[in-house]
Amino acid sequence: MANLKTNEKKTKAQSMGLHTEVLTGKTQQKFFNPDEAENFFYWGTYDVDFNKRTDLDVHEMDCKDANRKIDELMSQGYGTIVIKNPQGKHSLGVGILNKLNLIFEGSLGYFGVGSIDGPTVRINGRVGWSCAENMMAGKVVIEKNAGSCFGAAIRGGDLICKGSVGARTGIDQKGGTIIIGGDAGAFTGFMMQRGRIIILGDVGINLGDSMYDGTIYVGGKIGSFGSDAVESPMTKSDIDWLKRKLRVAEIGENFDFSKMTKVVAGKKLWNYDALEPTEKKGAI
Amino acid sequence: MCGIAGLIHRGNISNVGSELQGMLQALKHRGEDSTGYALYGKTDGKNFIMRFKVGENVAEGSSSIKEDVSVYDERKKIVDSYLLDLGAKIVKEERILPYSLRYEIEYDKDLMEFSKKIESVPGVEILSLGKSLEVIKDLGNAKAVCERYSLDKVMGTHAIGHARMATESGVDIKSAHPFWGYPFSDVSVVHNGQLTNYWNNRRGLENKGMRFMSECDSELIAVYLAEKMRSGATLEEGMKESLTGLDGVFTYFVATKDSLGMAKDTMAAKPLVLYESDDLVAMGSEEIAIRSVLPQEIDTYDPFDGMVKVWQI
Repeated sequence: MANLKTNEKKTKAQSMGLHTEVLTGKTQQKFFNPDEAENFFYWGTYDVDFNKRTDLDVHEMDCKDANRKIDELMSQGYGTIVIKNPQGKHSLGVGILNKLNLIFEGSLGYFGVGSIDGPTVRINGRVGWSCAENMMAGKVVIEKNAGSCFGAAIRGGDLICKGSVGARTGIDQKGGTIIIGGDAGAFTGFMMQRGRIIILGDVGINLGDSMYDGTIYVGGKIGSFGSDAVESPMTKSDIDWLKRKLRVAEIGENFDFSKMTKVVAGKKLWNYDALEPTEKKGAI
Repeated sequence: MCGIAGLIHRGNISNVGSELQGMLQALKHRGEDSTGYALYGKTDGKNFIMRFKVGENVAEGSSSIKEDVSVYDERKKIVDSYLLDLGAKIVKEERILPYSLRYEIEYDKDLMEFSKKIESVPGVEILSLGKSLEVIKDLGNAKAVCERYSLDKVMGTHAIGHARMATESGVDIKSAHPFWGYPFSDVSVVHNGQLTNYWNNRRGLENKGMRFMSECDSELIAVYLAEKMRSGATLEEGMKESLTGLDGVFTYFVATKDSLGMAKDTMAAKPLVLYESDDLVAMGSEEIAIRSVLPQEIDTYDPFDGMVKVWQI
């Protein structure tokens, strides 16, 4: 990595007129340099082999040690890692930025598998608050229930809970799909900006409160609509997409889509450039 | 942020002192300014057990002042004389720490009059009064308080506890949870959250003759519920009314001689994880609290917004 503080010779980027000042600070020193090959790789990622499998018992580990060990195993090429005895520990499996089959044999505490970008995760248990927060890509399947703030601010990927979830699911969601097999609590889709939420059961009060964009599908009863959340007619495209998505998620088989309610932003609260509606973004 | 935990054994007794210690210690990262236990032990139900303090354990940030042990002795003498005046007989007396005492008392008259008289002694506060309940609270984490008061062998049916990070009031025992539901015997409350209509409610309740010993907003819940029950409401009715009567974000537990309840505000802003079975209900701010008593894989869930539940022993 270029150390711009001590680099007397101009880099190619600087020769092009960019950033000729001496930059300091850790973040600034990671400034992109097109001459250096390492900048074309995602830092902190590994090439792993899905057929290379191992178990990791985290019973006696704290979350830092467990996450370090997962990182170490990935660096050794393990592509399928089974975590034993997670026992509700917080922040397990966070920051994984490469493809990986990660299986938890038990429940997670807060902030499980947060900030991930790529792995396929199966949790044979329950998850606490803020599971998969800031997820960028990948797939996470939870076999039991989830706590509040499920999928907060996710950007992409599929996040599936086969049980029920707490309040504020998909708060600040910016992309991806959240699928709930059971019920969801209050303020689901609060301030969501893009992406889709599917709830097969009932949902609590203030659904979609202050949502900017995105779509929420509800199979059961709705406690109440939040500010600027409105019902929209279900289309054939919606139903086709839902069928496909639920089939991949392996839940909601034989679900009656005609009972579903589609909820979108009324756009009365919009206070930014009206040239950016969903239909112009091309896809959610 | 604070952490709360509670459990109830249905149909049997267990070592609730040790179990609650494990649950609260698992939540120590949520606050270790003070820790409190409300333990519902196995007693013959004849006498009242009064836990009270005659002084403070004071830490940095406290609104209380350090005092000499001789001041505590003087207060204890006055309490003893007042008990005689009230017609209460001390059956057993334990001075656990210079400022913390436990009395077993024979008494069969009005508890409000009793409490007012005892607490008229400056610096004296009844932490709990009941035939089953004992509230023990002090500065430090769950393990430290458990060791200081030898709670690890306490047998009972149910218990609630609190690991406190002081935000709204001082670091002292009077601001620590659980709060006793004065003037009802055997009622205790722990709370995680903030109440925003504390002063309005407090003024109204004080006008009705209720007492507050601290400026901790959580104390309001105990007093609020006690006043509701005093007016004839059941515990569950009072708890349901609290969802609209109390403003702010909260999850709280309340326990009586034979029941344990939980309530969660309509914003669902404060965490709670719940495990229910026929024999045992265990709940806490985080799943790791429950895991300290149930390490095996279990089914737990987050109660929804506005939920009130009460379990009997």
